[in-house]
Amino acid sequence: MTSATEPTEPLSVEQLSATTLLRFATAGSVDDGKSTLVGRLLHDSKSVLTDQLEAVERVSADRGQDTPDLALLTDGLRAEREQGITIDVAYRYFATARRRFILADTPGHVQYTRNMVTGASTADLAVVLVDARNGVIEQTRRHAAVAALLRVPHVVLAVNKMDLVDYRESVFAAIAEEFTAYASELGVPEITAIPISALAGDNVVEPSANMDWYGGPTVLEHLETVPVSHDLAHCHARLPVQYVIRPQTAEHPDYRGYAGQIAAGTFRVGESVTVLPSGRTSKVAGIDLLGTPVDIAWTPQSVTLLLADDIDISRGDLLVPSKDAPPTTQDVEATVCHVADQPLTVGHRVLLKHGTRTVKAIVKDIPSRLTLDDLSLHPHPGRLVANDIGRVKIRTAEPLPLDSYADSRRTGAFILIDPSDGTTLTAGMVGESFAAPQPVKNEGDDDGWDF
Amino acid sequence: MTTAATVSEAAGDSGDAGPYALSHLDALESEAVHIFREVAGEFERPVVLFSSGKDSIVMLHLALKAFAPAPVPFSLLHVDTGHNFPEVLEYRDRTVAAHGLRLHVASVQDYIDRGVLKERPDGTRNPLQTVPLTEKIQSERFDAVFGGGRRDEEKARAKERVFSLRDEFSQWDPRRQRPELWQLYNGRHAPGEHVRVFPLSNWTELDVWQYIAREHIELPEIYFAHEREVFQRAGMWLTAGEWGGPKESETVEKRQVRYRTVGDMSCTGAVDSDATTLDAVITEIAASRLTERGATRADDKMSEAAMEDRKREGYF
Repeated sequence: MTSATEPTEPLSVEQLSATTLLRFATAGSVDDGKSTLVGRLLHDSKSVLTDQLEAVERVSADRGQDTPDLALLTDGLRAEREQGITIDVAYRYFATARRRFILADTPGHVQYTRNMVTGASTADLAVVLVDARNGVIEQTRRHAAVAALLRVPHVVLAVNKMDLVDYRESVFAAIAEEFTAYASELGVPEITAIPISALAGDNVVEPSANMDWYGGPTVLEHLETVPVSHDLAHCHARLPVQYVIRPQTAEHPDYRGYAGQIAAGTFRVGESVTVLPSGRTSKVAGIDLLGTPVDIAWTPQSVTLLLADDIDISRGDLLVPSKDAPPTTQDVEATVCHVADQPLTVGHRVLLKHGTRTVKAIVKDIPSRLTLDDLSLHPHPGRLVANDIGRVKIRTAEPLPLDSYADSRRTGAFILIDPSDGTTLTAGMVGESFAAPQPVKNEGDDDGWDF
Repeated sequence: MTTAATVSEAAGDSGDAGPYALSHLDALESEAVHIFREVAGEFERPVVLFSSGKDSIVMLHLALKAFAPAPVPFSLLHVDTGHNFPEVLEYRDRTVAAHGLRLHVASVQDYIDRGVLKERPDGTRNPLQTVPLTEKIQSERFDAVFGGGRRDEEKARAKERVFSLRDEFSQWDPRRQRPELWQLYNGRHAPGEHVRVFPLSNWTELDVWQYIAREHIELPEIYFAHEREVFQRAGMWLTAGEWGGPKESETVEKRQVRYRTVGDMSCTGAVDSDATTLDAVITEIAASRLTERGATRADDKMSEAAMEDRKREGYF
């Protein structure tokens, strides 16, 4: 941190209210400068306040360090401070006049793939850091693969430490080209490469004077302008029913509303809808947006739908447009990331939570395990351990209306839960995962898993 | 490669446009309502921690909207330190009556009177809240306890899950937290365990204030600038009261102040302020260089890990 940019003017109430929200995740190896980048984004956007900075300065000085250790801003737990490492995802908040940000700050260690999966599951954008001196390394490919697997809509490649390569365009261009080719092949829809120095502040918040060959946005400018709303016209509309609202009061004797957060697409009054898995149909008679009637509602609004017919609907059901209903199935094929310390094995009896529905399920097969380094598949590993990514086949006790994760991140996702102690075991994504899956390796090549 | 290495067309400056974009407040509101409804759908006996502070007031407002036109299907729980601002207790009782809610009170004073808890030498009762809170949760068999905690408040809170599993002693173990994926919250728990639920996890102090302004939510008067007799202790303006302040060496003076948080009178400081309206408060907070806790909470300054340690023991 070489300079401290003070905010110029306080924002007006109008400016503050007109902003949208961007959720993003950062990924980077241990020494790529992720803490410095996060620290600079927080610091330069005024999100590190005086008392927090004073606390960091005090602790740094007590430890005999010359400069404030900005990692102390983000490492919040005793164990993290003692060991100087980050052991878990933390969420950070900062704002500019144009947008508010939720940053999932995920640890960079190789063994914490599950943490990047956690952070990326709700992210609209992922920032992958590389060290300009090292270029695209294995860990970079893992991060790109996880972003692709989780279908994060936007990926930023931040080529950091440009100051250590004399700000040379050729270094940046080569890294950007290699990464873009790799990530595009995985199906990452949009990649933006930005040359930065988090330490010196080049192209993070302020445009760099050292790289006049670069004409693109700074990291913050890109974060402020990247679109967060999607083209909903082509989305399948989905409403997992969370709760049935029945006041049974004198004022509302007959009110019966189906409450939930729209997981995808739009719903309109007058539209024909089908209840899954039962298959019963009705029409949308009204939509309440938290107490206010509206004609149309869309994701991710929390709403209450009123239907024309009194049919049997309860928590766990899925409301969909009749013209666009997903198939229901008891046989789920998915790509999963195992997030628990106890392994997932063939024959494992689990609970599967999809939307608002939790059903009994059994792991029928684990056909393959993925090596993120080269995207090759190892056949029939028998089990998945923490941080493993693999394909699984699951049989559920009841039919589920499943979308492909590629079509819907909300209704194509599920978690597996251990019924004995409630542990969240596995994150699941229905359907094919990568744009171009690599062939299965010979079993003889299986020399173990390096997570 | 002379411009940005953008593969597909980036949005340029039109990022916030489009008919389906939600404002950040609408997005946060929708997420919080989703969390309330998940708990209502999955738990037997949820309760909302209600201190009459701005965060719990916003929580109640969100719960009212989430289940409208039906009543809120939860009761409220106030952990009463015995050192309350009178305006705050009055607000609490008025709100409970207005919405026909049921209020549980866990009283620190009762525990002190019974000799179970000892008054601390500094007179601060905030750390004493943990035992009455956790015992009330056990005796009432609450299985989900909503708290107004926000991750922006403190760095131990930044590590907190939206659904935070607590054991039968209400303890928080940061190493044993469940990963939280997508919006698929896992509320499974064994008998005796419960889940702390934080619908405002992703809100900042400024979000809370903007939402209060947008929704025209009434607050206790102490949040707005007013003349008050205060005295200085450890760099903070405290209100005199039966809890043991001021000491002989401390002098009372009249100042124009307001509160950024509501808590125990003995450790919640007021800030100098002219902000008598919501807009003025928001402008003041947007320009402030101090965090809410740094400005007004003595107990968080006790040690580097004060909040983490209290949370481990079962504090909210």
